Amino acid sequence: MAIRSIVPFGPQHPVLPEPIHLDLVLEDEKVVEAIPSIGFIHRGLEKLVEKKDFVEYVYVAERVCGICSFMHGMGYCEAIEHTMGIEIPERAKYLRTIWSEMSRIHSHMMWLGLLADGFGFESLFMESWRIREKILDMFEYSTGGRVIFSVNKIGGQRKDMPNDMIADFAGILNGMEKEIRSLSHTFLNDYAVKSRLEGVGFLTKQQAHDLGAVGPFMRASGISLDTRKTGYAAYSHLEFEPIISTVGDSYARTDVRIHEIFQSIDLIRQAASKIPAGDVAVPFKGNPTGEYLMRVEQPRGEAIYYVKGNGTKNLDRFRLRTPTFANIPGLVETLKGCQLADVPILILTIDPCISCTER
Amino acid sequence: MTDNKLTNIAAADLLANCQQLKNEGYHIMQICSVRTTDGYELTYSFGLDYAMVNLRLIISTDEEIMSISNIFSPAFLYENEIRELFGVKIQMINVDYKGNLYHIAVKTPFKN
Repeated sequence: MAIRSIVPFGPQHPVLPEPIHLDLVLEDEKVVEAIPSIGFIHRGLEKLVEKKDFVEYVYVAERVCGICSFMHGMGYCEAIEHTMGIEIPERAKYLRTIWSEMSRIHSHMMWLGLLADGFGFESLFMESWRIREKILDMFEYSTGGRVIFSVNKIGGQRKDMPNDMIADFAGILNGMEKEIRSLSHTFLNDYAVKSRLEGVGFLTKQQAHDLGAVGPFMRASGISLDTRKTGYAAYSHLEFEPIISTVGDSYARTDVRIHEIFQSIDLIRQAASKIPAGDVAVPFKGNPTGEYLMRVEQPRGEAIYYVKGNGTKNLDRFRLRTPTFANIPGLVETLKGCQLADVPILILTIDPCISCTER
Repeated sequence: MTDNKLTNIAAADLLANCQQLKNEGYHIMQICSVRTTDGYELTYSFGLDYAMVNLRLIISTDEEIMSISNIFSPAFLYENEIRELFGVKIQMINVDYKGNLYHIAVKTPFKN
């Protein structure tokens, strides 16, 4: 007869960059139930919107997370712009697209490194992060920052990218693409890597839908949805289809994210070839009234930005539903039936961002 | 409000509306709470493919509402969150953290 025990996992654990806690109910080494617990670093940034001018709050929104910082700023700005009826210039839309896709490459490369570190393949971890440095350099050249960029503002962008810089970036991405293809060969074909990922942590298509999973975690279970297809920023002008897998295990999640990196490189190339000349921001007057729900496809999945204005410079409410928050029920489901030794890898496969979740 | 559908409903109709959406294949996307002068404005968002529909509920501060977590199981996280941050009174949450989802020093910090 199996021995039932409860093992606390986290909030401090070598595989977790940020704190999340799980009470794992085990029968011998098999997980039969997992109860998540968050809230160790809750900051209340949403509440700060009542004290900050809605224009200044862009910089607070950006600080929700150090990986998706650009997209948080953009999502907030787009929500405000919708409430105020501001139409930003076409060039600003393309700049938002380029920086968003650079963020996705940066995030997915970081995740690949963390995954390799999680199963103890240190050289693969270092190689992933070495390549990722080039994206951070591109951010530094174009925005002046490597973590916080502060290029979004209500009505457009604070900075432009000269066309020769965009052309240089396309050249850098060509070189990166070759390196990432070589790296992905190891991630997708190495025996040791596959033995840790294949057949581990299944989530079916129906479960992914019912549990409200988002992003690569959802697409790896066969759901072909990508919020970029709704056409915000300049995505309506670019050709792409959601990348999916029908398998639903940890290997499928890795496969989807790797192919999304190549997709992002392609989207940047498309945007670089189509970006029009012109202004990058428009002036506006007044304060927001009304409310809006803006959906943005972040690297980890769909984020929902809600803003509600009251005609003053302070909003009544800013709320952010982050992708990790939406993926926690799915994570709990994938943990059921797995071995205790697979729990760290399974947690990593949703690419958890606790800073976002705690906001 | 959004490019998506918003329907105002009464608290008593919440579960029936949720069950209807569940039957139509929707999943829960989020629950958002906004503090008003004398209560709360709750927005329940549901998704199906790229479509999003929203149910809007206006309740008074002391009014109790039923959890929808028996219909949409992931709702337990959103409901625990708004109960702890705003003090919204929600009954019968399927995974009830009893105020311990967030480890925060201030009780219901978003209520005032």
